[in-house]
Amino acid sequence: MLAPALVVIGFIFAGGLVLGLSQSLGYMPIIGERGFSLRAYAELVARPGFARSLGLTIFVSVASTVAAVALAVVTALTLRKRFRGKKLVSFVYQLPLTVPHLVIAVGFLLLISQSGLLARAAHALGWIRESSQFPILVFDDLGIGIILVYVWKEVPFIGLIALAVLQSLGEDYEEQARTLGAGRWQTFRHVLLPLILPGILPGSIIIFAYVFGAFEVPYLLGKSFPSMLSVLSYRLYIDVDLNARPQAMAMSILIALFVLLLVTAYRRLTRRLMGVRP
Amino acid sequence: MGVVLPLVPLLAWSVSQKWFFPALLPPEASWRAWRYVLSPASRVSAALGNSAAIALIVTAVDVALGVPAGRVLGTSAFRGKALAEFLVFAPIIVPGLAVIMGIHVLFIRLALVDTLIGVCLAHLLPTLPYMVLVMSGVFANYDGQYEEQALSLGASRLRTFVHVTLPAIMPGVITGALFVFLISWSQYILTVLIGGGRVITLPVLLFSFAGAGDNAVTAALSIVFLAPAVLILLATSRFLSGESAAMGGFGRL
Repeated sequence: MLAPALVVIGFIFAGGLVLGLSQSLGYMPIIGERGFSLRAYAELVARPGFARSLGLTIFVSVASTVAAVALAVVTALTLRKRFRGKKLVSFVYQLPLTVPHLVIAVGFLLLISQSGLLARAAHALGWIRESSQFPILVFDDLGIGIILVYVWKEVPFIGLIALAVLQSLGEDYEEQARTLGAGRWQTFRHVLLPLILPGILPGSIIIFAYVFGAFEVPYLLGKSFPSMLSVLSYRLYIDVDLNARPQAMAMSILIALFVLLLVTAYRRLTRRLMGVRP
Repeated sequence: MGVVLPLVPLLAWSVSQKWFFPALLPPEASWRAWRYVLSPASRVSAALGNSAAIALIVTAVDVALGVPAGRVLGTSAFRGKALAEFLVFAPIIVPGLAVIMGIHVLFIRLALVDTLIGVCLAHLLPTLPYMVLVMSGVFANYDGQYEEQALSLGASRLRTFVHVTLPAIMPGVITGALFVFLISWSQYILTVLIGGGRVITLPVLLFSFAGAGDNAVTAALSIVFLAPAVLILLATSRFLSGESAAMGGFGRL
């Protein structure tokens, strides 16, 4: 009963990786190339801007993940309490989960670009005179707009997991910590955080891996040079020069390999730390 | 809550025109973008149809293949299970673009590019693993004894499935189905790569308007694109508590 799903996924996933790998090694019968070599990898790494693309990709992935996790934990701690209007707040909190990335990327573009709504508000308040005085937040060097979109999207994803962990814990641990004289920060730092973290780590890894290889948002809100790695690989792929194609494949394989290594290392680590998970 | 902030300019732009910097409010209201989006002459209705058709086909296939696969992974132990799990769940974290780029040559040879079927196949990559993940989570908490009782009382396999199994797993199936629908609905780059600009879906259209800089039409299209997402959230928010299948599955990674 597992077979049909396994065949479909195996065909597309394994097929895609194997064909991608062989093309990255220069095996392209269509243009008469049948040899195998690592030339594409060498050319890719030697490209001007490759290091900056790699740096940007790592920065955006790390920054998005850290900011999303931090905000998620803070909001989960607030949301677990009872308060008036909690239903509405919860609905709004979960809204980003289902909103397509593209929609929210357009929303942020119209909000934070130099002629966006925030710039207009700053002008109305007399903070700036011309749109060029507003900080550059999209198509910028640090990928701020890209990070904002991912943080917006992923906070409830981590937040709901954290909320579930908090609810399953109850309030006993906190009360004990308080009784023993711990302050609010101490209780959070030494009691709650260590209990929440194992629960939200898998989600954080998913976010990191997702942002690392995502395409749409950096394509829409990112600078064209240096671009994030996935955008670079797509640009190489659609390049009219067919010689760029093995480099695009090499890029894809490197991204896939990195993400797989990351997750495998993470699983090893959690197994060692917590014993084998059920 | 800053959550709704980026949605504000979308709503405002969709009914505005000549809204230049530094005007904080639109100088005049206009239905131009909406008239365009809703007019039969625009490509929007065709794109909407394509998007819906692809997402529905993908969802149906995901449910048909994902429920049985999830049951096997969720309930039984067998040799090679770790490998099967790795293969099924790896596409959740490996970027789809990297994989589909590799298989593009094969799709060309099989004449699957520029076709709806080819795009549907490509969409199975990011969706089917998710459906299996959700269902394996559902079945891990599922008690198979009721089925045995029904069978021993003389119910047929089909009757047992319809009256015993299905009601028990239904919330999980619905949540999983709605979410894979959304993943397919939101897909851009896989559609472009395999659809080759021939299979026009809503996100493909949205991208071309965003690139052309027509803010009003882009905003209106974004809202059309967003509508099912909000409806689906309304339908599922009660399932999305911490112990629900959709979230619980991620703990297994």
